[in-house]
Amino acid sequence: MTYSAAEIWLIIAIMGIGTFLIRFSFLGLIGDRAMPAFVLRLLRYTPVAVLPGMVAPLVLWPAATDGVFDPVRMAAAVATVLIGIWTRNVLWAILGGAATLYALMGLSALL
Amino acid sequence: MTTSTAKTRVKTPAKSAYWAGVRDGAPFILMAIPFATLFGVIATDAGLTLAQAMGFTVLVIAGAAQFAALQLMVENASIAFVLLAALAVNLRMAMYSASLVPYLGAAPLWQRACIAYLNFDQTYITSIARYEARPEMTVSDRVAYFLGVATPITPFWFGMTLVGVVAGQAIPDAWALDFIMPIMFLAMVAPMVKSLAHVAAAAMSVSVALALVNMPAGTGLLIAAGAAMLTGALVEMWMERRAQ
Repeated sequence: MTYSAAEIWLIIAIMGIGTFLIRFSFLGLIGDRAMPAFVLRLLRYTPVAVLPGMVAPLVLWPAATDGVFDPVRMAAAVATVLIGIWTRNVLWAILGGAATLYALMGLSALL
Repeated sequence: MTTSTAKTRVKTPAKSAYWAGVRDGAPFILMAIPFATLFGVIATDAGLTLAQAMGFTVLVIAGAAQFAALQLMVENASIAFVLLAALAVNLRMAMYSASLVPYLGAAPLWQRACIAYLNFDQTYITSIARYEARPEMTVSDRVAYFLGVATPITPFWFGMTLVGVVAGQAIPDAWALDFIMPIMFLAMVAPMVKSLAHVAAAAMSVSVALALVNMPAGTGLLIAAGAAMLTGALVEMWMERRAQ
C-alpha cells in the first residue's frame, strides 16, 4: 500500500460520510410525506430482492473453497432456507443450517 | 398471567420493544465476531494503523464495503476508484432506507439519523420483518426495536476489530465461519417469503445476480434487486387481479 496517512484518512472519511448519506437518503429526506402506491409496492419486496442475490454467489462459489462448488455448503444453505420457510423462525433456521454444515463437514472428513 | 401483567406495568411499550430488539439482534454477535476480527487482521496486514482500522470500522460500519475498500487499497487502486467501488457496494442501503420510510418516516429527524447510521443488513432485515409482522407497532416502538437490534452487534463489531488488530490472528478457516454469513442472511430472509410474489422476486434476484456476478463491485446486485422488486410488485398486482 503506497498511500500517505492523510490519503488513508481521506478514504475513511469520505466512505464514512458517503455511507451515512446513502443510509440517510430516503429516510431523511422523505420523512412522513406520502409515497406513490406503486413505489410502496416495490419497496415491500426490498428484503427478498436484495438478500437472495447477495448470498447466491457465496453459496455457489464459496470464497473458502476458492470458488469451487461445495456440496456441503450448498446443502447447508438449502437446509437453512427450508427450515426458515417451514418454521418462520430465524433462530431455528440458523441453528438448522449450522448443524447441517458442521454435521456434513464432519461426515466428509471421516469419509 | 399475573407475571405478564406485572411486566407490562413495569415496562413501557417502547422499553419492551427495545428489549425484544436486543433479543432478536443477539444471534448476530456470532457473525460479528469472526468478520470484525478478520477485518482487524487484514487491515493491520495491509498497513493501516490501529486508529485507521478503528476509524474505518466506526465511521463506515459496513462489513462488505470495508473489505472491498481494503482489497482495492492493497492493490493500490486510485483513491477515486476505491471510493466508487466501496460506495457502490453500499448503494443497496439506499433501498433499505426507502423501504423504512413507511414505518419510520414520522420519527424525529435525529432518531432517523441514528437509525441511518445503524442501518446495515442485519438491523434492517430483522427490523423490517418485525414491522411487517406487527403493523400495530407505534413509531416510537419501531425506533426502540431498531436500536435494540443494533445494541448487541455494534459493540462486538467495534471490539472484535480491535481484537483483530491487536491479536493479529483470525479465527482458523477450519471453523468454516465464512459460511455463517450466508446461513444467517438466508435464515433472515426465508421466513419473509410469504407469497408467490415473494418467491418470484427472490428467484429473479438470484438469477440476475448470478448472471451479472462479474460486474464491478455491487452493481450487478443493484440491477438484480431492481429487477426483483419489479417482479414482486408485478406478480402481486397480477395475483390481485386474478383474485377479483
